[in-house]
Amino acid sequence: MKPNNVRPEDLRWRCDRCHCDLVVGQVSVAYMNNRFTTDLPYCPTCKTVLITEAVATGKMAEVEQILEDK
Amino acid sequence: MDQTELRQWEHRCIQEELPPCTATCPIHVDVRAFLAHLRCGRWAEAVKILHKAMPLPGVLGRICDAPCQQACNRQNVGEAIQIGELERVCVRHTEGEQRRVMPMPQKDIAVAVVGGGLSSLTVAWDLARKGYRVRVFTPEDKIGRVLRGQSPQRLSLAVIDREIDLLASLGVCFETTADLSSVDAGRRFMETHAAVYVGRDAATPPPWGIDAGSPGLPENAGGTPTREGLFAGGDHRSPVWRAAQGRWAATSMDRWLQKVSLTAGREKEGPQETRLYTNLDGIAPLAAVLMAQPATGYDETEALAEAGRCLQCQCLECVKVCAFLESFGSYPKRYVREIYNNESLVLGERKANRLINSCSLCGLCEAVCPHDFAMQDLCLAARQSMVVRGKMPPSAHDFALQDMAFSQSNRFYMARHEPGRATSRYLFFPGCQLCASSPQQVRRVYAYLRENLSDGVALMLGCCGAPAHWSGRQERFADELARWETDWIDLGRPRPITACATCLSIFQTHLPEADTISLWEILADIGLPASAVYRPHVPLAIHDPCTTREAPAVQGAVRRLLSQMNVAAEELVLGRDKTECCGFGGLMQNANPALARKVAEQRGRRSERDYLSYCAMCRDNLALAGKRSLHLLDVLFPEPDGADPAGRPPPGWSQRRENRQRLRSDLQRHFWHESPEADANHQPITLQMDPEVETLLETRRILKEDIEKVLRHAETSGQTFRHRDTGHLLACFRPYQAAFWVEYSPTDDGFQVHDAYAHRMEVLGGHETK
Repeated sequence: MKPNNVRPEDLRWRCDRCHCDLVVGQVSVAYMNNRFTTDLPYCPTCKTVLITEAVATGKMAEVEQILEDK
Repeated sequence: MDQTELRQWEHRCIQEELPPCTATCPIHVDVRAFLAHLRCGRWAEAVKILHKAMPLPGVLGRICDAPCQQACNRQNVGEAIQIGELERVCVRHTEGEQRRVMPMPQKDIAVAVVGGGLSSLTVAWDLARKGYRVRVFTPEDKIGRVLRGQSPQRLSLAVIDREIDLLASLGVCFETTADLSSVDAGRRFMETHAAVYVGRDAATPPPWGIDAGSPGLPENAGGTPTREGLFAGGDHRSPVWRAAQGRWAATSMDRWLQKVSLTAGREKEGPQETRLYTNLDGIAPLAAVLMAQPATGYDETEALAEAGRCLQCQCLECVKVCAFLESFGSYPKRYVREIYNNESLVLGERKANRLINSCSLCGLCEAVCPHDFAMQDLCLAARQSMVVRGKMPPSAHDFALQDMAFSQSNRFYMARHEPGRATSRYLFFPGCQLCASSPQQVRRVYAYLRENLSDGVALMLGCCGAPAHWSGRQERFADELARWETDWIDLGRPRPITACATCLSIFQTHLPEADTISLWEILADIGLPASAVYRPHVPLAIHDPCTTREAPAVQGAVRRLLSQMNVAAEELVLGRDKTECCGFGGLMQNANPALARKVAEQRGRRSERDYLSYCAMCRDNLALAGKRSLHLLDVLFPEPDGADPAGRPPPGWSQRRENRQRLRSDLQRHFWHESPEADANHQPITLQMDPEVETLLETRRILKEDIEKVLRHAETSGQTFRHRDTGHLLACFRPYQAAFWVEYSPTDDGFQVHDAYAHRMEVLGGHETK
């Protein structure tokens, strides 16, 4: 997944527990024994990562499919 | 699958067998392709097909006696295609065009060809193209006279000269008025050439003591060396056979000169049997196109019309009736290879996963295939192998397996004797999806069975394990079946009555000792309930579930029931043993929802009538695809309110679970007078959502239950995101291998759901970029 996963409007979300804005940074993701990093928004305090609908149903679904067929 | 199994599977699919015309042709001209080009007026492409297979096409194309016509399938629906005449018009039409023949690199080996007949010139043609130095010796004063003498009506010297010029351009030398009459001449030829061919179709074959037999060679492999390096052929009356004999002799000479086997791998030379099946049903008979001028043959327009009568013979019986096979763009023989490669792949993309998981396992291919090719067996075995090797994509069947787990949980599963009894003669097993779709009818049927069958009717709610079986999970399937069997034994082995054709098929195949019978057979015997009335008095088209393909007794019982009710039943073109799947079978709907929808829509278009099915999933899937459909129970036990059952919208995935759970509680209360315990873990939360959101969730197969889990988690953990502009909250929870996200707003008594989505990838956490 490329850095352009993150759209400006995604940063309109804030972490409601920590009351802070999200930052974009490297996030580790894993599927089917494959692990890699990609840039995604997350809360700098609690580190909770935001996966937007566009990412989940777009690039992430695509990568899941590729890894499932590997 | 090993290589032997692969070959066995491939052998069963006959789509790549030769069409009868090509199989009959001694030199295997691809007549089907020739006619396919010709019918569209592609003369240059058509003649290329002839050039590819024919030696001296300008000559042979004019004098070919077309034995292929005797095998042409068109003669069973009209007259055989006039292939010989079409070859002639094609060769004539294109004769002015430039031709190039590309020989292989020159070999410094001289061969002699004796005689100017077609077999000799074929040997010269083939060996010159293979790079041999060919010398043709003939006693004629001009090469071609013998040939012309054999077909004076069709060959002019000018036509022959053009082909001879082409031979000369390949380096063939001609010696006319050669003295071949003495035995010494033969000896001289043998001494000065590495191999010699003697054409028996020459005017006077030389007296060199050539044997007629061909010991030790395949029947058609002519050109046996009667002495070391001496070959002969060309004694057939048919021109195309003489050309073929020359061709086989040239092959033998080439092999002999290379010192390799004369016979190995030549089984497919010459005419052969073909297994290709072509369905002629519904093809209107057509006589051959008449020639305005028989003396000159077809003109161009007539030729196109005559070629247009060609049936383009092929099988594709299975592909014609299966949207799944059709959608992957090929046919079983190729699919077997793809599946084999998929399984053998060590690294890289397994491209056939989707193919393997999209089959509905309905078995229609096997029912229509002349050689019983069973794609369902192939796909199921491939799925089982994928599971064992850990290569099954989790997303393909996860939803269905979760649904099965729900059915087997104490929220639905139940097995008990009829209230007030300690033994039961029968066991009613309605199946999971009928309970999910029409719980109220399950109650009515159970009450009716109890009233009409003596000695007790036990009840079992649960799943037969079909999703585990279909998804290739053999161990899990065995576990589910074992559990079912244990409870069945505990109930004293009552005879199971199933309302679902899949359950029936699963138990009859995997637990034959249970002697399972279908509800419809039982009802046909005990008689109709008083409620069984179908008022519209218009015929219904019967959709047989694909799992009844091999259950004619069940199909018959359904028709008997309809007849008892005076309902006119119309048979679909593809019904009974040729029935089609509704798109749910084999978990096609899970692995390939778009295809499943297409399958259901296609099925729905087979008749304008409302459909009547006797499988809850068939009924619901057809309804979902826009086809007005009834379940047989809608007719036998209609709703008291008289609502239009064919227009009933099927319940969504969440509703299907709620219906099952509620049915269990209702049955407990109604029949056993028990108060079911409230399930503390599954207390519903009040959710509101717009219809568009509901539809989206249905498409994404996100259950209300999943949403509730996310919301409970969000409320307890406080881990949510809030949108600056809308104030919406966004939360995530991963209850199993999938993570669910819900965008929502709290309301006075619950939550308004704005959106929900899911992913399977695991997010391990964020860290700031340095």
